Amino acid sequence: MLTPKHSSPYKYASNSVTSVMMWVVLALLPVIGVQTYIFGWGVVVNVLFTVAVALGVEGLMLAMRKRPIFPFLSDGSVVITAILLGLALPPLAPWWLMVVGISFAVIFAKHLYGGLGYNPFNPAMVAYAMLLVSFPLEMTMWFPPHELNNNPLNLIETITVIFTGQLPGQLSLDSLSMATPLDSLKTELGLDKSISQITTGNPLFGWFGGAGWEWVSFAALAGGCGLIYKKIISWHIPIAVIGSITLLSGVFYLIDAEQYASPLFHIFSGATLLGAFFIATDPVTASTTPVGRLIYGAGIGLLTYVIRTWGGYPDAIAFAVLLMNISAPTIDYYTRPRIFGYGDKK
Amino acid sequence: MSPLWSFPGGIHPPMHKEESTRSPIVKLPLPERLILPLHQHIGAPSTPDVNLGDQVLKGQRIAHADGYVSVALHAPTSGTITDIGEYPIPHPSGLSDLCIILSPDGQEKWISRETKDDYLFMDASHLRNRVRDAGIVGLGGAGFPAFIKLNPGPRNVIETLIINGIECEPYISCDDMLMRERTANIVSGVKIIAHAVQARQSIIAIEDNKPEAYQAMLEATANEPDLSVVQCPTIYPQGSEKQLIYVVTGKEVPSDGLPLNVGVVVHNVGTAAAIYSAIAKAEPLISRIVTVTGDAIRKPQNLEVLIGTPIRSLLDFCDAQTQIDQLIMGGPMMGFTIHTPLASVLKTTNCILATTYNSLPEKNMEMPCIRCGACADACPIKLLPQQLYWYARAKDFEKIQDYNLFDCIECGCCAYVCPSNIPLVHYYRYAKTEIWSKEREQQKADIARQRHDFRAERLAKEKAEKAARHKRKRNELKEKSDPSKKETLIKNGAKSKKKAAILEAMERVQAKKEAHKTEPKNTVNLTEEQQRKIDQINKKRETRKNNED
Repeated sequence: MLTPKHSSPYKYASNSVTSVMMWVVLALLPVIGVQTYIFGWGVVVNVLFTVAVALGVEGLMLAMRKRPIFPFLSDGSVVITAILLGLALPPLAPWWLMVVGISFAVIFAKHLYGGLGYNPFNPAMVAYAMLLVSFPLEMTMWFPPHELNNNPLNLIETITVIFTGQLPGQLSLDSLSMATPLDSLKTELGLDKSISQITTGNPLFGWFGGAGWEWVSFAALAGGCGLIYKKIISWHIPIAVIGSITLLSGVFYLIDAEQYASPLFHIFSGATLLGAFFIATDPVTASTTPVGRLIYGAGIGLLTYVIRTWGGYPDAIAFAVLLMNISAPTIDYYTRPRIFGYGDKK
Repeated sequence: MSPLWSFPGGIHPPMHKEESTRSPIVKLPLPERLILPLHQHIGAPSTPDVNLGDQVLKGQRIAHADGYVSVALHAPTSGTITDIGEYPIPHPSGLSDLCIILSPDGQEKWISRETKDDYLFMDASHLRNRVRDAGIVGLGGAGFPAFIKLNPGPRNVIETLIINGIECEPYISCDDMLMRERTANIVSGVKIIAHAVQARQSIIAIEDNKPEAYQAMLEATANEPDLSVVQCPTIYPQGSEKQLIYVVTGKEVPSDGLPLNVGVVVHNVGTAAAIYSAIAKAEPLISRIVTVTGDAIRKPQNLEVLIGTPIRSLLDFCDAQTQIDQLIMGGPMMGFTIHTPLASVLKTTNCILATTYNSLPEKNMEMPCIRCGACADACPIKLLPQQLYWYARAKDFEKIQDYNLFDCIECGCCAYVCPSNIPLVHYYRYAKTEIWSKEREQQKADIARQRHDFRAERLAKEKAEKAARHKRKRNELKEKSDPSKKETLIKNGAKSKKKAAILEAMERVQAKKEAHKTEPKNTVNLTEEQQRKIDQINKKRETRKNNED
């Protein structure tokens, strides 16, 4: 007598959550590489340290929740959360900031909601927003790209700064740090300067975006296109994010180019492209219907532009993503596709 | 030929068709006994015509159709009926059902048959009856009685007859081999069907992974102006009726409708060949082509098998290895597990798939849904599988119907692509059966409530009638016992006392009158004088009476 194991279908494709997540990690490698090249060793130290802490905290939470540890730890979702947070933190952020951030992401934003698949908000962005509000000083301690950096730190010095706060020689964090392009644009616009006055001759600004940030954005674009090609993510959300930012900034740029930055600047500065391809596309917290994804992405673009231009923060991907996360279930409900065999009814 | 359309979703699983298409169809030798379930089709089971010990001839009817949606069953070979009883049947439930057991005598002696060549001049209803009497069901898998689909009804015009040679499920190749080897039978069958439904055009649809079959059909139909062959790009589940209609015609069959509603009828190639045999050669459906394949089969091939042949015989003939982890009837996407190889081949059995876990491994651990939406992209109906899954898990059976659970065809595409290894179709089957059982319970409850309401109404009516009867009786009694009535009346003061007296007097008068009526009347023949005197007296009495008042 044979014992039947299950019912049809008996055949499955060989994809898994792990393979999906590993493709995303793979696509993030160029971003990590370029950002490290431009902003120094701190980036890669950040990423590795947050990943290590994240795996530890995830394992601990799984043990406490009595879930099988290995299958869930190897699903790779926590690695992506950690990499995204690591990339979003300033390159010389102190170790405790990273521990607080990633623990908050894994414990509060993920496991207290039920773990993988059940969290309504993107954990990395929850942690980023929490850190930005709680530790504004440490979170805005950014550094200039390497060509403007007179005192590049080597790997050992970087690790020493991150874990002990000891800077080599006479250096201080204040003397090393410099405002980000988005930040300085916002500040100077507030001082009634025009955009050409701000950007002309300012080494912080590159050809059309922030210096250095342009390259990071290109890396994100390349990785993101790879994910679309591999059908790991659908094109809807990134295109909608980029499209709505382009449209909005384009309209205002045409109205007054001295007050409003160009679409290219908005797209190639800050976290726009990283957000569009890697953060907004987090499947767990995004909209899932084709039309819903377009609305969701457009909403992120809109909110990002609004907060950047008239709000209190120079960059706004995190807040925009979190706000649209709340809306995703409602968007999904009202954008159900027309079902085969229903004519124009549904 | 108009360009093809493509339906939403779909998947491209590895097909594994080459293994079983290397050698021609072989006729399986007579088995020791045939197990013939009475219920091999959609609709009511057939009713046995034979008794224990009866000798039957090949092609003899052994059970007749019971009701409209039902077909007959025939003896696949000559022999003796040795039992009629419960035997294991191939069914997902693993339950037994009523079967006729036939022991072949090896003579293969046919009943007398009358072959017909003029079938294209036969009356459509005559064709239908012959197909029905031949016990033909849809051989593609569902087993719907074929004659019903030969009857479009007087009001429906059939624009297109589609002959389904898609065979989109992996591993299965019986239609492919049939199209290669028995091309002429299929073409004749298609012409019979087209004649019966009065189709304007007939299209044979074949997937492009069957070039030999396509070529054969193309050549066989070269001189048939109303018959064309189209090659469709391979994609699962293209063989599903509504999907195929869309691919070929661009018409969407309404969710609650039939292909007839868009002027289309679909028959499988195997059904067409069987209809040809039934009409032209008067051979009922007693055998079919079955693919025996899978990595547990050393000689995968297609066999021509008598209906009722135990699956064990097929496995032995194809040299199956002893280690079979999965024994499936049908394909890996929509087939079902056979619980015992003692069960037999049915009219709908297109494939016996015997595999080990090497080729169809058990699923990995089920992970939580990450809402990636791969399932929605794969769904050919454009449902939202993950929403259905959430509501099935939450047992929210109202919401799940809101998300059109019952439009799901259980093709398995969603589960196939799911990176979290969620057996999505299981959840939908679970929800469907739960809803059906709830509906049955609801029906039962409705009937019970109706009966209760009727009973309550009847009891109330009876009570009211009883009360009315009692009241009437009481009144009658009261009237009879007048003294008591008088007493109460007397008690009610002086005026009523008088009234009572009057009443009494009137009653007396009445009584007297009544009495007089019966007594001989001495006041009839009176003289005028006498009459006058009586009148005077009466007058006086009257005035006195008036004065008294």
